[in-house]
Amino acid sequence: MARYLRAVSNPIAAVGESVIEMATHLGAVVTLLARVIRSLFPPRFDIPEFWRNLYKMGNQSVPIVMLTAFFVGGIMVVQSAVFVKRFQATSLLGWGAGYSVLREVGPILIGLMFSGRVGSNNAAELGTMVVTEQIDGLRALSIDPMRYLIVPRVLAMVIMLFLLTILGDLVALGGAMLFGRLIIGIEFGVFYAGLVNSIGVHDLVHGLIKSLVFGLIIAITSCHFGLNTKGGAVGVGRAVNAAVVGAALGIVMSDYFLTYLLT
Amino acid sequence: MIRLEKVYKTWDVPVLQGVDLHLEEGVIWGLIGPAASGKSVLLKTVCGLEKPSRGRVVVDGSDITHFGESEMMSTRRKFGMLFQNNALFDFMTVGENVAFPLLRAGGIDEAEIEERVASRLKAVGLAGSENKMANELSGGMRKRVGIARATIATPPIVVYDEPTAGLDPVTTSKIYDLLRGIQDESHATVMAVSSDIVALRPFVERIAMIYKGRLIYEGAESDLDDCEDPVVYQFIRGELEGPL
Repeated sequence: MARYLRAVSNPIAAVGESVIEMATHLGAVVTLLARVIRSLFPPRFDIPEFWRNLYKMGNQSVPIVMLTAFFVGGIMVVQSAVFVKRFQATSLLGWGAGYSVLREVGPILIGLMFSGRVGSNNAAELGTMVVTEQIDGLRALSIDPMRYLIVPRVLAMVIMLFLLTILGDLVALGGAMLFGRLIIGIEFGVFYAGLVNSIGVHDLVHGLIKSLVFGLIIAITSCHFGLNTKGGAVGVGRAVNAAVVGAALGIVMSDYFLTYLLT
Repeated sequence: MIRLEKVYKTWDVPVLQGVDLHLEEGVIWGLIGPAASGKSVLLKTVCGLEKPSRGRVVVDGSDITHFGESEMMSTRRKFGMLFQNNALFDFMTVGENVAFPLLRAGGIDEAEIEERVASRLKAVGLAGSENKMANELSGGMRKRVGIARATIATPPIVVYDEPTAGLDPVTTSKIYDLLRGIQDESHATVMAVSSDIVALRPFVERIAMIYKGRLIYEGAESDLDDCEDPVVYQFIRGELEGPL
């Protein structure tokens, strides 16, 4: 409450406070990233924990990613159906869906979905471990939380978002192909020809580079906010919220710069 | 064995203010004090989980004050710690939690680990609970699992942070009975923090009281009643009138 009153009475100070807070988080995120990278040379991290996270974060996200991607493909068709019909540009549907799904919509939507499901869960889990002293418990048992908890999670998230994006891209294109047939009657062959004749491997790579960066952003922000949880259950809620908002902001901002650099 | 010299710890406010303490080998220490007086922080500083802002912490002759995280790892192997919230790993079973210190120490075969876990769980009254998940247990049971995990590797120093917090009087007596039994076997140096001084006192040999980050009493448990400090006097008698 005091913070809101201060924001009203002295907005400049409030803005300054927010900027300092954001810079502090950014600095801590970069430091955490550096520590993760340092832990990889030579690679010393807990392998069973890594496999456990691959399964939990990847396999268990498959249904939700497939469902999202399938309807994303459908949305592409619904949005473009009017123009495809009006201009009889049936051969462009495959190109349109492929270009937007592979380069932009696939990585960004699957990234956001992954952040909502896996990133938030990761922040909540680490936050709970902090407030229940489980992180201190690990340190007391001479276990480095960085190598035991953080590095396996970061690697698992980066790898799994990359693989889920490939799967999601395929399902989205399949969805677009099916909805194209059902809604505007475009034959599968026409859609496929439009897709393969105008979309290259570089379009797929473009999206996959983005998915690697998004995976790293989601992993590092969720670990950072989880590890810095303070104040019991309320603090865990705040950490989850900050992790999801931070990751979404990071995804959208990095998407702009990546698109600029890769195009 | 453990020496704290003029230890200060400050976050937004001062938490420890010039604490001097010497824990001799094999002695059971009790640390008492009102809530938020710095007991848990002092305990974590002793174990190297918190770094002092100023002062020195010496464990077994090594000054650990400026140890980095990797150097600290070998020092922490000397400690067993029961946390206030037990700090059991929720994603592990009871058996895995208790076996964890042995697994991480390495060099012990699986059969021996299983045997030692079963024997330790039997000692804390939880025989056959190996496959239960830690988050399925009651408060008292979680405390027992925490004690089993803190002591299974027979560390030379054991610290108990509020070993009976939130437990009923009967369970409290059982827990102290259990700690006494473990101590008779291990002869470890023990530091136990508790707000329940009535239950704590029969367990300890020496006692220290912390108030607002300063040690205001340190001596034999049997001499505590003779202390004339008004804060100690009021605290150990639980009186309403006084400086607290």
